[in-house]
Amino acid sequence: MTFATPYLAPVYPEIFLLTALSAILMLDLFISDSKRFLTYAYSQLALLVTAALLVMGASGHALSTFGGMFIDDPMARTLKLVAIVAVSFVMAYSRTYNQSRGLFRGEFYVLLMFALLGIMVMISANHFLVLYLGLELLSLSMCALIALQRDSARASEAAMKYFVLAALASGLLLYGLSMLYGATGSLFMPMVANAIASGAADPAILVFGLVFVVAGLSFKLGVVPFHMWVPDVYEGSPTAVTLFVSTAPKVAAFAFFMRLLVGALGPMVSDWQSMLVIVAVLSMLLGNVTAIAQTNLKRMLAYSTISHMGFLLLGILSGSLAGYASAMFYMVAYVMMSLGAFGLILMLSRDGFEADQLEDLKGLNKRSPWYAFMMLLVMISMAGIPVSVGFFAKLSVLSAVLDAGMTWLVVFAVMMSLIGAFYYLRVIKLMYMDEPVEESPLVAETDHRVLIGLNALAILVLGIVPQPLIDLCMASIGQSLRG
Amino acid sequence: MSMFSLYLLVPLAPLAGALLAGLFGKALGRTGSHVVTILGVAISFVASVVIAQDVFAGHLFNGTVYTWMTTEDISLVVGFLIDPLTVTMMLIVTFVSLMVHIYTVGYMHEDPGYQRFFSYISLFTFSMLMLVMSNNFLQLFFGWEAVGLVSYLLIGFWYTRPTAIYANLKAFLVNRVGDLGFLLGIGLILAHFGSLDYATVFARAPLLAQDSIALLSDSPVSLLTVVCILLFIGAMGKSAQMPLHVWLPDSMEGPTPISALIHAATMVTAGIFMVSRMSPLFELSETARTVVLVVGASTALFMAFLGIIQNHIKRVVAYSTLSQLGYMTVALGASAYPVAIFHLGTHAFFKALLFLGAGSVIHAMHHEQDMRNMGGLRKYMPITYVTAVIGSLALAGIPPFAGFFSKDAIIEAVQGSTIQGAGYATFAVLVGVFVTAFYSFRMLFMTFHGKPRMDHHTREHLHESPWVITVPLILLAIPSAVTGYLYIEPMVMGQYFGNAITVLPGNGGLHAMREEWHGVGEFIMHGMMALPFWLALAGIATAAALYLKWTHVPAAIQARFGGLYTLLDHKYYFDRFNEVFFAHGALKVGSAFWHKGDVSVIDGAVNGSAHLVERFSGRLRRIQTGYIYHYAFIMIFGVFILMSLWFVKA
Repeated sequence: MTFATPYLAPVYPEIFLLTALSAILMLDLFISDSKRFLTYAYSQLALLVTAALLVMGASGHALSTFGGMFIDDPMARTLKLVAIVAVSFVMAYSRTYNQSRGLFRGEFYVLLMFALLGIMVMISANHFLVLYLGLELLSLSMCALIALQRDSARASEAAMKYFVLAALASGLLLYGLSMLYGATGSLFMPMVANAIASGAADPAILVFGLVFVVAGLSFKLGVVPFHMWVPDVYEGSPTAVTLFVSTAPKVAAFAFFMRLLVGALGPMVSDWQSMLVIVAVLSMLLGNVTAIAQTNLKRMLAYSTISHMGFLLLGILSGSLAGYASAMFYMVAYVMMSLGAFGLILMLSRDGFEADQLEDLKGLNKRSPWYAFMMLLVMISMAGIPVSVGFFAKLSVLSAVLDAGMTWLVVFAVMMSLIGAFYYLRVIKLMYMDEPVEESPLVAETDHRVLIGLNALAILVLGIVPQPLIDLCMASIGQSLRG
Repeated sequence: MSMFSLYLLVPLAPLAGALLAGLFGKALGRTGSHVVTILGVAISFVASVVIAQDVFAGHLFNGTVYTWMTTEDISLVVGFLIDPLTVTMMLIVTFVSLMVHIYTVGYMHEDPGYQRFFSYISLFTFSMLMLVMSNNFLQLFFGWEAVGLVSYLLIGFWYTRPTAIYANLKAFLVNRVGDLGFLLGIGLILAHFGSLDYATVFARAPLLAQDSIALLSDSPVSLLTVVCILLFIGAMGKSAQMPLHVWLPDSMEGPTPISALIHAATMVTAGIFMVSRMSPLFELSETARTVVLVVGASTALFMAFLGIIQNHIKRVVAYSTLSQLGYMTVALGASAYPVAIFHLGTHAFFKALLFLGAGSVIHAMHHEQDMRNMGGLRKYMPITYVTAVIGSLALAGIPPFAGFFSKDAIIEAVQGSTIQGAGYATFAVLVGVFVTAFYSFRMLFMTFHGKPRMDHHTREHLHESPWVITVPLILLAIPSAVTGYLYIEPMVMGQYFGNAITVLPGNGGLHAMREEWHGVGEFIMHGMMALPFWLALAGIATAAALYLKWTHVPAAIQARFGGLYTLLDHKYYFDRFNEVFFAHGALKVGSAFWHKGDVSVIDGAVNGSAHLVERFSGRLRRIQTGYIYHYAFIMIFGVFILMSLWFVKA
């Protein structure tokens, strides 16, 4: 029996990450709590090396390996890089928070890296099973992360809900995939696409499968009506985990949409387009309107996320390369904004005090004008006000939808953004016009301060100079989907 | 380093300085802040000098630096147009700004807002550079507004003083009026020319010269006339022309260095520069130029009268700025754009000199500004005195100082012009010469000559200012003395500006002047035999007679002509009129709209829909029950809906 070594170059980052995180897992067992910083430092180092491997291996064209099950194209590389950077920021922002809550343990970092590995596998999947493999790795790690604060009833409840609903969603997805397999006879995405395009597959079975696939995907992205887990998980998890849940997994979900819908089910664009319209419209409506009634900051941001993801779907459903690129741009912008918002919330929290109410932001300008300004930038970007990256994200998505000829959808999206602006501006009003409940300025470690500054300034700078990022997204999408 | 990166360096160096001093002022400390900002402006100045040499070697540049965004048919870009006109402005702006920066080190050394001040003046320099270097209307407008914003911040720098807050609000509001006109002008250009790029607009202008638009009634008005007058309204706001001049005297509430920067090199020159830049448009509309000429002439004359009765040293200089801006505007109206820029340049030097000199006096007098409490200062402050004499001679237009050349050129240009209103303008600028000489030497005599009138304590502490103050004075005195002699021939008579400025044949007196040009020596000889020179001498002699010899006479005159004095003292009642008519009128109109329109109609609709959303929001919130089986049910239900929709459709 012979065993041919597969071509490993495209998988180097994943292999390294897996090796490193196993090593860190072992190492963590043997160090005392006082030296726990080492785990953190090694984890950051591992991310750095993974990112370096990723960047060094970059080439302008797509590589595939493991018999074509794993694909490494420009889109995958860009998205993976975004995910790695996001996870790195998550680790940095949450360090002090974790230290003061007994979460500064090896599990947190190892689980984060397992989740990241799952994300990377999902992003590169070219085969239904690989996709599912990555998805489960991510889901299970996330579930454990949410429940990391074992003695918190709310965290356990959130984890339980997520686990059950994710299992249900996985079931729906697998059921849909099996239908597709039945209709087309293949699990390889390009072959599925070919089979559909050739017209050999039974359209009824295909649409049947498609509905289940869209349901499974929508759960991952957290859009209506598959969004119910989002607010509870956001609120129930420790803020450090919420920060993670709201960023990197969304990147994976975006890749999931691109691979499955655009890659494998591309020929059925007219079918999934109208399904996504329903989902997107409901998400923007429910997300924005419900966010207004929230008093809990994390819950408000959860609904805000739902509306953002609905907006992002607009880019995908426009069904053009420019639309996909605009959705990708929106995703990157969203990740930046979400990191900034939760990063600042983490900063507001202290020993034994969880800053998760809107009230806690009152008078922030009097306490720490610099951080209030950072939050201001994040909020105007989320609301999509010009001179922030959020404005260009919304603009490019809307122009893609306009090009697809769905003017009414653009009008609707703008109206929803208008409603959304209310609760973002309310945050600004609380920070700048209300009297603070307490006077003490925020304290934070230097790395946290510097990173949050960079994060918010990136939102501003990319709002003035958005072109490089737009070009990057265009190039990634263009090179990956045309070939 | 390529020229392109030098172009970028010119505006970005002051911006970097402003950001460093503004954001990290505390960390940098006072010394650190002034070092970074001065360094930034110095780099900018040196780069401007290098670029100037390159430009006069024939290397022009017009290109896009960065495309901000592109829509259907217009693109919004940041771009530079580097030609002789731009470079001249860059040199003036960076040089004067550099002097002001250095001077500030001495003048503001006790102020708690030291870093903030340096940050603002660097930002001001950046804004002005963006304005002059622009190659399109959008960036021009950006610079225009940025200058307005920073001037607001600077005039109200001492924000705890109610008068400063009043002054900066006034400056801001009056500039809004001008900016509205400017914005409308740009809008018309975009609508009719289809572009915001200078080169494109100028190239299309002759084709649209005969076009007309209907404004209020059916009677059509020439398009270019409307555009030019709207643009000029913008210039009136920034360059303080009547009746939008009211903000400038009040802007004295800011610290003295900023008065020098606003009055000499930045802000007020923006309007003059803009009209010169738009010369291809203005040349096509004689009506617009007549408006420019008459407004300029009125400003030159009536504002000069106001200078006579002021007792605060900075206010005298402020009114002289208004009057001199009127002169520049007259030159614009007479199609003598190069002369206007020439006067702008010489004026920048001697006006900055006079302001900084006044600041030096105020500094020495412990922030006393009233000239009635000064006198005899020349013994105590010799350097300030000598430089002030040079500045005053330049302002009065005595050869061979800079002001003589530029002012005489303006007078000759307007005399040679045949445009409507030229007669009135000639009269105004000639009378203006006498008045200018009178008030500038009145100021000089009251401050530096005669018996000291300050109290004993102040007198004991009188001393010459430190070197950071006197060195800029000396450095500004040199160009105030010589630039006129050196530059009149190339700038006004020669081809200095190349194609940057358009003067159509037959427009204005510039062509005639060039034909009669026989060299600079001849110009001086001719000037010394002409009327303006003798008017200036008469002005100085009158000032000497009234304020050195018969010092009791001014009071007698004031008593005799009480009515006239009151009129001047109330500045022709412009402020009063604005207050009663515009401020109170606007309040009345506003409250009427508020009651009728806002409260009943708009609030009804807005609050109504807000309530609706709120109620809806409360309902939706209740879907989130927290029960896992509800959640699962909703997911399944979602699948069911999607599924049935598709199978119903199929």
